[in-house]
Amino acid sequence: MSFSPQHKNGFVDRNFKQLLVAPSIFLMLLVGVFPLLYLIMVSFQGITMTENNTDFVGLQNYAYLAQDKRMWLALGHTMIFLLIALPIELILGLAMAQLFLDKLPGRQIFIALLVLPVVISPIVAGATWSLMFDNRFGPINQIIGWIAGKDMPLLWTFNPHLVYPAILVAEIWQWTPFMFLLLLAALANVDKSQLEAAAIDGAGYWRTFRKIVLPSIWPVMAIALLIRALDLFRLFDIVWALTQGGPGTMTETISMFTYVQGFRQFETSYTAAVALLIIVLLSAVLMWALRRVELSR
Amino acid sequence: MKTKGRQTLRQTLRFIAASAITVFFLFPIYWLFMISFKTADEIYSYPPVWWPKSFQLNNYAVLFKDGDAITVWNSLVIASASTVLAMLLGTICAYSLARYKTGGDNLSNWIISQRMVPPIAVAFPIFLLYVFFGWVDTYIGLILLYTAFNLPYVIWMMRGYIQDIPRSLEESALIDGCTRWQVIWKVVFPMCRAGLFATAIFTFVFAWNEFLFALVLTRTEVTTYTVQVTHYFGGQSNFWTKIAAMSVLGTLPVFIAVVFMQRYLVRGISLGAVKG
Repeated sequence: MSFSPQHKNGFVDRNFKQLLVAPSIFLMLLVGVFPLLYLIMVSFQGITMTENNTDFVGLQNYAYLAQDKRMWLALGHTMIFLLIALPIELILGLAMAQLFLDKLPGRQIFIALLVLPVVISPIVAGATWSLMFDNRFGPINQIIGWIAGKDMPLLWTFNPHLVYPAILVAEIWQWTPFMFLLLLAALANVDKSQLEAAAIDGAGYWRTFRKIVLPSIWPVMAIALLIRALDLFRLFDIVWALTQGGPGTMTETISMFTYVQGFRQFETSYTAAVALLIIVLLSAVLMWALRRVELSR
Repeated sequence: MKTKGRQTLRQTLRFIAASAITVFFLFPIYWLFMISFKTADEIYSYPPVWWPKSFQLNNYAVLFKDGDAITVWNSLVIASASTVLAMLLGTICAYSLARYKTGGDNLSNWIISQRMVPPIAVAFPIFLLYVFFGWVDTYIGLILLYTAFNLPYVIWMMRGYIQDIPRSLEESALIDGCTRWQVIWKVVFPMCRAGLFATAIFTFVFAWNEFLFALVLTRTEVTTYTVQVTHYFGGQSNFWTKIAAMSVLGTLPVFIAVVFMQRYLVRGISLGAVKG
């Protein structure tokens, strides 16, 4: 579309559309592309906490990366959180969306209240759950004690068998409402006449769900899954508040591992290699996913 | 008659299930708020008490007396300034993308992919850059960073909102002799007021709640409330009163914001994929 030609005189008018995007692009390049170039360069150097060795050491950092057990374990922990939390959030969110779809007394109030966990800072959510999980003064062990009929001083944030459930509960608590909200909106948009037709044809619940509901809500569901998967891949705050990656490094995620390498141990070049690995992995997954998800319009 | 009784039973069961779920999701928030009103004796009593004797505000008073509450102010300054900047720059960029198709699909896709970059991957180079500029632990440092990190979101969302408004008004404003800047200020901005408002609130909440960059890029001067909360964790001797009071101070504004953006919530958190 061409706007009125009388405005096509000066420099500003001739380059109007470029000028509008320039400041934003500049800032995004500064925090997006500059770090990338820097990481690529530094990851081939030998800078550590004690040595400022800017000589190029070839693939030394990457060789170390390949055999760094702690790094692969951190990546593994991240995938465990992702692969457990994501399906549970999806199924719970979908079930809740079904429950709240039709008329219900106080429906709007329920939904408004269920939103609250989503907007809390994840670090505050983690702090809240660490108060909840306290072995002596927290309500979780108190409630478990009522059910068990005796005191249950479970060490949720220290016991190797309990740390994963504890973190997963906090994570699922905060983000199931996110799935719920999006799926509720998607379910509300399913074509009612198709559902009625299916009911008249005598199609059962599952058949109707698979053939009509699921295809209809899939675009929204795919985006919800993508957003949540990306968030889970960079999981940091909740784990930081609950266990700091402990006991030992049992719950350390890849984000936390990178943080420790870069800001606690100052392994500059090695951190750069790890960060690049994260970016490469993520870009690969993203390119695959974005081709399947219609994000725009 | 029988089906009607069944209907009522079904509705009652649904209502009970809905209530139970809501209680589950609200209980931790309830617990956090209650702890912030409890005295230390009540917090460290066994078994735990679920309702404080009196709603005393001493825990909050302590935060203000010790000067810890300044971190909430820091969060407010940083989140507000970065929101204003990101909205201004992002909206004009979005306008260009929506109306002139600047850069085509490639630019739009690149912008949204910037949103997906994990903060930790770029935190380290940015930290070194900031050391070089002397921006570590300054307002300007965090404000610019949050602006840059929220730009993809603002651009993406505003592009959608601008595409929703008809072009004819802009065209007639141009014919009436408005400059192109005036068209943006006097026609586009007022037309997508609701979208601007909703996007600004989301941007504010993202910056307000951010933790990792704040942890890395602040020391003592501009510590945000999220970082301050973690300062109270210390092995066995957690300062529960402070954790709870500080968390509530940081959470209340967000809850108030949610009330205002209720209508735009789904569109906002789904990156515009669901239009409410």
